[in-house]
Amino acid sequence: MPDSKPTKEQMQKALEERHGAELQRRFSSASVAVCGLGGLGSNIAIALARAGVGKLHLIDFDKVDITNLHRQQYTVKQLGMYKTDALKETLQDIAPYMEIIAHTVQITEDNLKEILRDDEIICEAFDKPENKAMLVNGVSENYPEKYIVSASGMAGISSANSIKTRRITKHFYLCGDETSDISNGAGLFSSRVMICAAHQAHAVLRILAGEQEA
Amino acid sequence: MVKINGTEAAAGGKTISEYLAAADYDIRRVAVERNGEIVPKTQYDEVVIEEDDVIEVVSFVGGG
Repeated sequence: MPDSKPTKEQMQKALEERHGAELQRRFSSASVAVCGLGGLGSNIAIALARAGVGKLHLIDFDKVDITNLHRQQYTVKQLGMYKTDALKETLQDIAPYMEIIAHTVQITEDNLKEILRDDEIICEAFDKPENKAMLVNGVSENYPEKYIVSASGMAGISSANSIKTRRITKHFYLCGDETSDISNGAGLFSSRVMICAAHQAHAVLRILAGEQEA
Repeated sequence: MVKINGTEAAAGGKTISEYLAAADYDIRRVAVERNGEIVPKTQYDEVVIEEDDVIEVVSFVGGG
């Protein structure tokens, strides 16, 4: 590994070469929250960091466990660390000049308004359906002008092609096949979860680019 | 006719709460879109479904 990391200007130039200056300006000035840093959230955060999003807000209360390694972007060295700390460490190696705000806290109906105040796009990346619904409803009610990009249905080994992105309202996007439920014993596979996370990350970039789903 | 999740439904005159209970939804797992807006959960008992409403009930499943 080289001793000196690239300068901010070098990183910025490399991103502009790939995305174009105008699009990169929009990505760089964005603030995106990732709520839940499991299979969806850890992959969403890495995709957005690579795209050069300016500020990521990472929120999770949990620690890295051995049962996470089959689909979440953590390493054996990071077992036992808070996911916020572990993912921040990884993201800093990918995008050293990205601003990262990490909150080791559980999001609830009562604190979401305060926690998500400064974010313009919010990714719902929880695993329990009650928490997914709580966040989508809470953001829609408290911050109707913010975007919420949620996920439902990515369990099991069904075809990758059934994962889709739909725009439910102007500010609410839903990714997934909307039916495959972990509680049916279908299991979770890294590839299919990553596809759903990639749909969410891509929806964020398309919102920033001013592109809309049908 | 009311349209719910793409299908015509005889739900006019019911509140959102009444419709969700009748259709056997778990209220803790849903978000309800009505004519392009999310209906706040606190209004499920008050909002009455009108003829020509277009509604989508998003019922979340687990995994992430």
